Amino acid sequence: MSSPSTLEKPRTSRPRPQSHATNFGKGFLVKLALMAAVNAFGIFIILAALQQDSMGILWVMVGLLVAANWVFFARRTLALKYVFPGLVFLLIFQLFTMGYTLYVSFTNYGQGHNSTKDQAITALLQQNEVRLPDSPAYPLAVVQQGGELGFAVLEDDTVEVGTAEDPLSVVDDAVVTDGAITEVPGWDILDRQAIIADQQAVVDLRVSIDEDPESGSIRTTDGRTGYVYTSTLEWDPEADTMTNTETGVVYTPNDEGQFEAEDGSKLNVGWRVTVGLENYTEAFTNPTLAGYFYQITAWTFVQAFLSVALTFLLGLLVAIAMNKPGMRGQKVYRSLLILPYAIPGFISALIFAGLFNTRFGAINQILLGGAEIPWLTDPFLAKFTILFVNLWLGYPYMFLITTGALQALPGDVMEAAKIDGAGPLRTWRSITLPLLLVSTAPLLISSFAFNFNNFTLIYMLTGGGPSFSPTTSLGHTDILISMVYKISGISGGEPTNYGLASALSIMIFVIVGVISAIAFRQTRKLEEVN
Amino acid sequence: MRKTIITAAVASAALLLTACGSDSSSEATTDATDSSSEETSAAEEETTESAGGGGSITVWVDETRQAAVADAATTFTDETGTEVELVLKNFEDIRTDFLAQVPTGEGPDITVGAHDWLGELTANGVVAPVELGATASDFETTAVEAFTYDGQVYALPYAIENLGLIRNTDLAPDAPATWDEMIAAGEAAGTEYPFVIQMNGEDGDPYTFYPLQASFGSGIFAKNDDGSYSTDLIIGDEAGQNFAQFLYDNGQSGTGVFDQNITYDVAVDAFATGKSPFIVGGPWMLDSFGDLNVAVDPVPSAGGESAVPFAGVQGFYLSAQSQNALLANDFLVNYLSSEDAQLALYEAGDRPPALIAAADVAAEDPITAGFIAAGEGADPMPSIPEMGSVWTPWGKTEAAIINGADPVSSWETMATEIQSAIGG
Repeated sequence: MSSPSTLEKPRTSRPRPQSHATNFGKGFLVKLALMAAVNAFGIFIILAALQQDSMGILWVMVGLLVAANWVFFARRTLALKYVFPGLVFLLIFQLFTMGYTLYVSFTNYGQGHNSTKDQAITALLQQNEVRLPDSPAYPLAVVQQGGELGFAVLEDDTVEVGTAEDPLSVVDDAVVTDGAITEVPGWDILDRQAIIADQQAVVDLRVSIDEDPESGSIRTTDGRTGYVYTSTLEWDPEADTMTNTETGVVYTPNDEGQFEAEDGSKLNVGWRVTVGLENYTEAFTNPTLAGYFYQITAWTFVQAFLSVALTFLLGLLVAIAMNKPGMRGQKVYRSLLILPYAIPGFISALIFAGLFNTRFGAINQILLGGAEIPWLTDPFLAKFTILFVNLWLGYPYMFLITTGALQALPGDVMEAAKIDGAGPLRTWRSITLPLLLVSTAPLLISSFAFNFNNFTLIYMLTGGGPSFSPTTSLGHTDILISMVYKISGISGGEPTNYGLASALSIMIFVIVGVISAIAFRQTRKLEEVN
Repeated sequence: MRKTIITAAVASAALLLTACGSDSSSEATTDATDSSSEETSAAEEETTESAGGGGSITVWVDETRQAAVADAATTFTDETGTEVELVLKNFEDIRTDFLAQVPTGEGPDITVGAHDWLGELTANGVVAPVELGATASDFETTAVEAFTYDGQVYALPYAIENLGLIRNTDLAPDAPATWDEMIAAGEAAGTEYPFVIQMNGEDGDPYTFYPLQASFGSGIFAKNDDGSYSTDLIIGDEAGQNFAQFLYDNGQSGTGVFDQNITYDVAVDAFATGKSPFIVGGPWMLDSFGDLNVAVDPVPSAGGESAVPFAGVQGFYLSAQSQNALLANDFLVNYLSSEDAQLALYEAGDRPPALIAAADVAAEDPITAGFIAAGEGADPMPSIPEMGSVWTPWGKTEAAIINGADPVSSWETMATEIQSAIGG
């Protein structure tokens, strides 16, 4: 880091070095080429977003591109030139995710509220358009006259043509070959390619079979055959209501994102709406959830704290033993100790889940002579097992970092302590440990954050079980993040509720953030002491 | 939360990948296996050969069904010039991914799926009705009924799967008719277990246990006159309590036949290594049994009535937001419903075809015939949205009873809790 004094140095008479922005040398050409590539890439995304109607992505990209060009071509933005790429990635990969999670936590996104209102309306209309039970299959051709689409259908050897405006009427002199309509006077028959090019219009086309709209209309789903359909729901865009044409019941949108009739009955498909803080209050007030929520929160803290403390202590102990000068085979021991650290955590957790199986696991069968100890299904033992496996998985990491820290301790301080007459214990307590903590504390904090959200271990080892009760999927070893996973309903077996799950993740984020902030402050104090 | 992260990651990845053309992102997924990318490129080549402008549709498939669907796709491409893009997905991920991606417009036109997703998919408005037309009568009634919700059919069925009793014919030469006969035969075989049935630890496995439950006359939801499920919960009735008592009698405090430590892997391994003459299982297990001489029979009755399993139907759903609805419908109704396509799917997954003509061919295999016989009279697994609140408590309660919880009161509590969860 540069000290302030360097900045205040009087300028020498040496000419200022030219910035890359105005120096048209080799470096500038390279930069120009790179920026051209970046701009081309950006413009491509903008065009693609325009095509997909994704206005959000479009404007973000425009903003980023303008910023990028300004940063790399302006003269005064030297520091930004280094920071900008990192900022862009932070924006895309972190802030966006967090922002989106925050947004979802204020909505009722989940079972039955999965899409937008427009999509829900489309789905409702689709679901309630039913083929008449006795409607025969009509061989059908898509025809066109002056840009207007219509259907030509074959009914008992006569060909009838109709459009969205005009119901079916008989056309004379039409040619039918092998049961397919090949020629209709006054109309062009669309071939398959033309149908495909306009398929949305063809799918949306409804041709009434007679003057009475109640008797249904022809539509086709494959461009070859038509059936008569009637719709029981009618959407009125002006009044924003759905009407059931059979019963006459009118449904209006309610605050929860569903169409609701006056008698309280609701239509099947709903859509996403913002529900404010409802998801946040639900975690504390929902009678079936709140009790478990507090228990799980408490266990999450205990689990994270004990995991860090135990692994650190064991790692440190081993590190001290290994650090003894003149010990033989140090390298072999050290490489052996790294082994558990080198195996992916979720594989180890899975293997341990097998080892701890009550009846078939090696621990009960071989080590304990066939004792049926419920390692993973007793609330207390399951917690113990989690901590034990995490200790096994985590201590080599602590061993590594404490070994490094021990070896970096300044020898002269130790020497001084010895001369001052301090014994090994005193030296350890007053010199070694504080110095060690200064360099390892940030890692301990990040370990805490990691264990706070150690989903893999819980998921692979106990799956959160044993359950609090047979009627909930939440269990005694669930931590907040695995609770979020279960509540989200992704795993199936329970209705999805992304809104509530997002609200819980935001709470986890806040908890971890606050704890880390406090812990880092404490660490700084530690540094000041030294 | 994990979903949001995935969605965000997909969105940001899409942001980066759009540069390579809108098609490439799905192709990148297809490249997951070599065979699939060959499949896609083969389909592409044919498109360029035939007259252009045939449009294209995207289909989500899993690994098992990939090759079979690719065959049907090739025929479709040959005849119509429409390109079919197959995207390989994990079967377990399809339901959630489909729910998440259809509303964003990123979803496929068609996806493979199971019929018991139907309630959730319709409640979220992501699937469109499929008009089977005249072909409807070519399919097994159960298969079409399973995909019917509120009078509309939502998928093209292609396979029916159900549990049966798989028997090691070397250890037990005769098919047992009742539960007691089976246990006696199992004990006479002198193996480590007389009979194995899988459980997923304390989560239980209500699907696998259902045939036994059905043999006591116990169901979950009452049925309407037209054979569809109503939302009236009947699981807590006397028949259900009798079944609970049966679980308890054969659990840890009784004979010990049921054991929550016998997971899928343990059960399959026990049968494959000759430690048990009987296992309750489906066609998906057969690969693990290698050279064993096996036969498939109906599950024996424990409660007096016939022990029918749930029928699970597999099919192809159509996205409600499909921009290529016409092509997708054409491919579904006119190509995937062909006998060739259905037989190819049967050979890929071993599940009896839903198309009657294809099922008749498949039934020439005695094992397949055994599963078809075991599924005789089976009801489709309930697919109404309320079923989402049933599975977890149902399985956990069964496991608790097997572990020694009081059968009748646990069963009653479960019924009450499910009732309050589905709002009644």
